[in-house]
Amino acid sequence: MSQIIEMQNISKVYPNGTVANKNVNFALKKGEIHALLGENGAGKSTLMKVLYGMDSATEGKILVDGKEVTIHTPMDALANKIGMVHQHFMLVPSMTIAENLILGSEVSNHGVIKFKEVEKMADEFAKKYNFEMDTSKRVRDVSVGVRQKLEILKALYRGAEVLILDEPTAVLTPQETEELFRELNSLKKQGHSIIFISHKLAEVKEICDRMTIMRHGKQVGVYDVEKLSELEISEKMVGREIVLTFDKKKVKVGTSGLKVRDLKIRDEYNKNVIDGISFDVRRGEILGVAGVEGNGQPELIDAIVGLRRGYKGEIFVCDELIKNMSIKEIRDAGLRFIPEDRMKQGIVADEPIYNNLIIDRLDFDKSFFKYKYFINENKIKEFTRDKIKEYDVVCENENALVGALSGGNIQKVVVARELDEDPEVIIANHPTRGIDVGAAEMVRKKLIELRTKGSVVLLVSADLNEVLEVSDRVIVLHKGKIVAFFDDPKNVTENELGYYMLGVKVQDDVSGVVYE
Amino acid sequence: MNKRKFEIIRTSLAIGIAFVILLFAILFISEDPVTALHSVFLAPLSSLRNFGNVIELMIPLMFTGLALSLIFSGNNFNLASEGAFLAGGIVVMIVALGSSMPTFVTWIIIFVLAGVIGSIIVGVPGFLKIRTGASELVSSIMLNSIILYVGIYILNRWFRDVDINGIASLAYPKELLFTPIIEGTRIHFGLILAIIAVIGIYLLMYKTKFGYKIRMTGKNGDYAKVVGINVTITALFTQFAGGAIAAIGGAVQALALYTRFVWNITPGFGWDGVIVAILARNNPKYVPLAAFFYAYLKTGANIMARRSDVPAELISIVQGIIILLIVARKLTARLEYRSLLKQLDLQEEKPALKEEVSN
Repeated sequence: MSQIIEMQNISKVYPNGTVANKNVNFALKKGEIHALLGENGAGKSTLMKVLYGMDSATEGKILVDGKEVTIHTPMDALANKIGMVHQHFMLVPSMTIAENLILGSEVSNHGVIKFKEVEKMADEFAKKYNFEMDTSKRVRDVSVGVRQKLEILKALYRGAEVLILDEPTAVLTPQETEELFRELNSLKKQGHSIIFISHKLAEVKEICDRMTIMRHGKQVGVYDVEKLSELEISEKMVGREIVLTFDKKKVKVGTSGLKVRDLKIRDEYNKNVIDGISFDVRRGEILGVAGVEGNGQPELIDAIVGLRRGYKGEIFVCDELIKNMSIKEIRDAGLRFIPEDRMKQGIVADEPIYNNLIIDRLDFDKSFFKYKYFINENKIKEFTRDKIKEYDVVCENENALVGALSGGNIQKVVVARELDEDPEVIIANHPTRGIDVGAAEMVRKKLIELRTKGSVVLLVSADLNEVLEVSDRVIVLHKGKIVAFFDDPKNVTENELGYYMLGVKVQDDVSGVVYE
Repeated sequence: MNKRKFEIIRTSLAIGIAFVILLFAILFISEDPVTALHSVFLAPLSSLRNFGNVIELMIPLMFTGLALSLIFSGNNFNLASEGAFLAGGIVVMIVALGSSMPTFVTWIIIFVLAGVIGSIIVGVPGFLKIRTGASELVSSIMLNSIILYVGIYILNRWFRDVDINGIASLAYPKELLFTPIIEGTRIHFGLILAIIAVIGIYLLMYKTKFGYKIRMTGKNGDYAKVVGINVTITALFTQFAGGAIAAIGGAVQALALYTRFVWNITPGFGWDGVIVAILARNNPKYVPLAAFFYAYLKTGANIMARRSDVPAELISIVQGIIILLIVARKLTARLEYRSLLKQLDLQEEKPALKEEVSN
């Protein structure tokens, strides 16, 4: 097998000072599925962005079929038969699958597109690669799994022989993932080469031939997948041993601290995105919420934290009805929130760390002031230095701008602000998404620690392993309804959870999640 | 990292480039470039009177610059300060000519009324944005025209002096007018008011809890909402307070430098305030410095227009270039990037990192 792509000594420094890649070598053989592994922030995405022409490297060169090429734009990459499927889909929801497929490379007759023919062509094209789908359907009406396939087809349609897949299974259920893998294997047989970026080691073991492991922007090694165990791989990724299970002490649960009754939320199309759900989370308990994205999770969370109004039903935080309370009042009632999009909702990127930690403390900590009304900056910086140490935030010092930190360290800042005062109710929305294993471990441990101290935790996550390991009880949301409730997640497999997430299975009675 | 350093470099670079362009423009169009250059750069320092002109011009610029720094800090691009400044003058006309209270009481009435009306004027576009989503930029500029013509209407309807040529009100009572506090200049009590306002707003914005909330809201409104800051209040406060400051500045200007109301075009300090605020990076601390620089440039330009054959408008071009270059972040991006790479290379020599490479 010859090498179809070779990247030599790639270095990439971003203007904000992040060294994303440092002298990285990467080679892809023809007809292989090659895993690119590493924690978030290890530089995998950057390396692939360089290959796909979305970023240009500071140094280094790229060879395709042994010839040096310059790739400055995705167009250049496609001209070299390199295609990429992004983690976040780049599709037009209101257009059909066929239309999305040809978008940007339409074949027209004097500017006129014959859509019937396009559909026929799209059908044939999909069949050629054994991708089953109805190409006349609009993208907004099809499942995430189909969208994923469409993205791959799009790349193939543009002539790609090398496919870069950036965490393709992150949004898929176990069943959809299996189907994807079958298709990837058939592509491999047809001579395509695939670069597979993932965190999920089991999947890598299952489908990949070789792997390149990255850590801190550097390449750590290239291995045959069979030669290393999952544990060995994760050690190489993290650089130390990691614990995949948690030591959870049994605690006696208390009364309900977060009570949701008959909640109905309508979206702007008058569709019930949350369709009459009720549940309790008791003190000393973590309730995990599983579900495919787009089944009402963000709306539920926005309603609980006070960002969304105009819903039907009732929500109680520590026995207080929050319907007419401001966000401030809800926080004062004891609720804290780890938002999904930390850059947008979790921090002020343009401010130093010390200004990102104090918002609530300013309200009750008199020692942060001098002459009663004036903020005591020295005190705040001292406090910040303590928290940086306590939460192990890797940074220059307390004056560093938060936006310049890595994802995991930004999340530590968010956690240090939201969870430091042992809040009574914690809403954690994808708290470990996109952060490195070390930081993720810290966040999970903190949630469990607070639960053991008697806090109420609602954990929404796409990482099923996390949901099952961290939570004491789990519910599954499907189309705005609770379709399953598990009192003991230890005995539930990810596969089983997947059936409920897809709506294949539905439990008749989920009233166990409601108390009193 | 070195963000501040590069901001300073960018500002100096912008001013430097603009001056070089000015230099060449003068050399190109003037018969007597030495006189022109001397007037624009050095004449403001050449006499107490000229320097007094700089300070006198600096006073309204400090008021509007401060107002706009506050408004911009709240992340609203509301330009109604121009209208508020003008309204300050209108209030002076109405109160000075309409009431017969003792001097001190009249002053108090003028400033309180100007503050209230100014905050309403700037507050309206802000309120409309929150309530209806209307762009505050568009509605505030429209509002400026409305204020201008309301002022002219009031002038014509009630206070016009028919005995003099041109459009002007009756003369204000003499005892109301501010007298110079430094002999030989027209520097007036307004300077002290402006400095007090600058210090007050600086302390509020950078030393109090409320100011902290305003700054965080301005920099990331979504975050502010999530952590429970009342973003409606911070947005409205910055605009109300900014409007009050601008209008009080207008009233001060009217009492110090005019004997009648003559503003039948808008005086323009609301626009100049935008430039001052941008130069000062919206930080009240730097507003006096920025206002001084700008006033110096304008005074120099006026002297140049009087003494040489170069028109004062040339300076407006220079101002434009300076602003353009300051907001052009890309100007120093390459420089920043290179210094960054250099720093990183230095780190490379540290043995600790080497060890990791061999690993």
